[in-house]
Amino acid sequence: MTESQTQIPVTVLTGYLGSGKTTLLNRILSENHGKRYAVIVNEFGEIGIDNELIVESDEEIYEMNNGCVCCTVRGDLIRVVEGLMRRPGRFDAIVVETTGLADPVPVAQTFFMDEDVRTKTKLDAVVALVDAKHLPLRLKDSREAEDQIAFADVVVLNKTDLVTPEELADVEATIRAINPTAKIHRTTRAGVALDQVLDRGAFDLSRALENDPHFLDSDHDHAHGDHDHVHDENCGHDHHHEHGDASPIHDVTVQSVSLRGGEMDPKKFFPWIEKITQMEGPNILRLKGIIAIKDDPDRYVIQGVHMIMEGDHQRPWKDGEKHESRLVFIGRELSTERLQRSFEACQA
Amino acid sequence: MPTVAPLDLDGHCVSAVFLHDVPHFALADGAIHRLDHGHKWQEVHDGLLAATLDQQKSRLITGGEDGKVFSSAGDTSELLAEAGRKWITSVASGPQGAIAYAAGKTAFVRFADGKVKEFQHPRSVEGVAFSPKGMRFGVARYNGATLHFPATDGKPVELEWAGAHTGITFSPDGNFLVTTMQENALHGWKLSDGKHMRMSGYPAKVKSLSWSAKGKWLASSGAQAAIVWPFSGKDGPMGKAPLELGTRGNAMVTAVACHPSQDVAAIGYDDGMVMAVRFADLKEVLLRRPGKGAITSMMWDREERRVVFGSETGDCGVIDIAG
Repeated sequence: MTESQTQIPVTVLTGYLGSGKTTLLNRILSENHGKRYAVIVNEFGEIGIDNELIVESDEEIYEMNNGCVCCTVRGDLIRVVEGLMRRPGRFDAIVVETTGLADPVPVAQTFFMDEDVRTKTKLDAVVALVDAKHLPLRLKDSREAEDQIAFADVVVLNKTDLVTPEELADVEATIRAINPTAKIHRTTRAGVALDQVLDRGAFDLSRALENDPHFLDSDHDHAHGDHDHVHDENCGHDHHHEHGDASPIHDVTVQSVSLRGGEMDPKKFFPWIEKITQMEGPNILRLKGIIAIKDDPDRYVIQGVHMIMEGDHQRPWKDGEKHESRLVFIGRELSTERLQRSFEACQA
Repeated sequence: MPTVAPLDLDGHCVSAVFLHDVPHFALADGAIHRLDHGHKWQEVHDGLLAATLDQQKSRLITGGEDGKVFSSAGDTSELLAEAGRKWITSVASGPQGAIAYAAGKTAFVRFADGKVKEFQHPRSVEGVAFSPKGMRFGVARYNGATLHFPATDGKPVELEWAGAHTGITFSPDGNFLVTTMQENALHGWKLSDGKHMRMSGYPAKVKSLSWSAKGKWLASSGAQAAIVWPFSGKDGPMGKAPLELGTRGNAMVTAVACHPSQDVAAIGYDDGMVMAVRFADLKEVLLRRPGKGAITSMMWDREERRVVFGSETGDCGVIDIAG
């Protein structure tokens, strides 16, 4: 197989039992969107569709034998993806459905750490289904619910009809507090437009931060009409998600740290980010950034999962675009003050 | 000069073998093709994942995405077992017509009389293989391997080594067990005393293993050369360096097949090239020029003059060494 072969995009669906995951999956399998999906599920369970491209697979987390506890992959996915990719042409994309309590990290890391999987597929986005009514309870009794939101590129806030507008605002503010960069869609019956969850390119460095209007806008100084933040129904809220503020619902242990600075000295910045991801890796769920490198005409974009980080030149800075560096960490036990100070020390 | 009789098929070749003297090619789409006075084929599985020869080398045992295990040769195939909707990810053949297969966390043994015995594991069964001696088979699993004794109700033997073990093979004398790992390494156990053998340093995962005549050497893929470990001493390759055969700077070895009687290996590369290399003096003979894709499977015939090969891209064929 040659390297130039197109990589098949993979969407990961997370969410608790009852969050609407199966409803969304059934829509992906049955709606007429012109694409064929292979779906990897834990149990055939409630998927009422018979399709030879639905593969049942036992969730199997493997620690890599390199002494790093956060370097985990899903062994079953490696096997299933390898099998599926031996018969290309049957499908255009893959959806991985995880169990309610699943940790999304090993799923995502599989697509970066396993060489065979990485050459044939690419992670497109992690989509978290959240039940608006039960999220506060879930956050109380499990860390996984929080991890799933923290790790998501897209959050489908489902069953909004079961809560009051005030409760909904609180739940959304909580999601924002956990993850300031995810795109949130309010829905009932998982009624999100499929093009808002599929083919997002969230891990594609050339696209990642472009289609994300909320990325790092921590100061909210932009006009609210200029973005495509979609709310499928009842779009009555006021868009003031105060990033960095405490969640109105307690029991949240994930935090995000947004950093902003000027042009960076590459001799300082790259060793710094390397060291941060090595030392803080286990605490970092996601990191995303746009970096202005001194004397570089291109924007440099980076993204990471735990200790895995990748970066690339994205596109030239536009005329009049402010050359500034912005970086967001989502994780636990991160020191905002220390990160900000050491980040600023990398400025040119 | 070696000559190649090509067979251009459409799809990934999982296994290329001789059944008696007839070349057979099992494709991932589930069809088994053969060159038997012309190109013929039969549809066996809906999605074929794993294949192995039976012990007489007369039939091909296959497992598929359809959860079925078949035994096939020529234009006949016999359904041996079904395991529901789970994929059959590994198959092995044993003595007295027994076969083993894996689906999810369960390893199964089917005896010649059709009786099936299940062996549950706490984690996925990644690979299965029979020992050449007695009714004993091994399972590659997370953090090691397990030996089962299906004919008796003997307690399984657990062999522990941290990491994910994905494939498994016994040495032909039954003294050693070797696994391929998720990391780029092999792991071995000397079965008499459980001593460990670490065989690492590969730049890629090892996907193909082949024992040389009398089990003196174990050839492996996963590097720019075939890495061939010495197993003639009582402690196997411990403390010894492997041979590196057929080193190429710009290609990776993806398949190996040792000659049935001499210390020679056929080596297949990711660009489709095939070479034969002699262990003693590293002398190389080009058997096939690069093709469309990586070589996935090879086997020598009984007369030791032909090599059948399959590739990821379906450009398969038979090499006649003598021309």
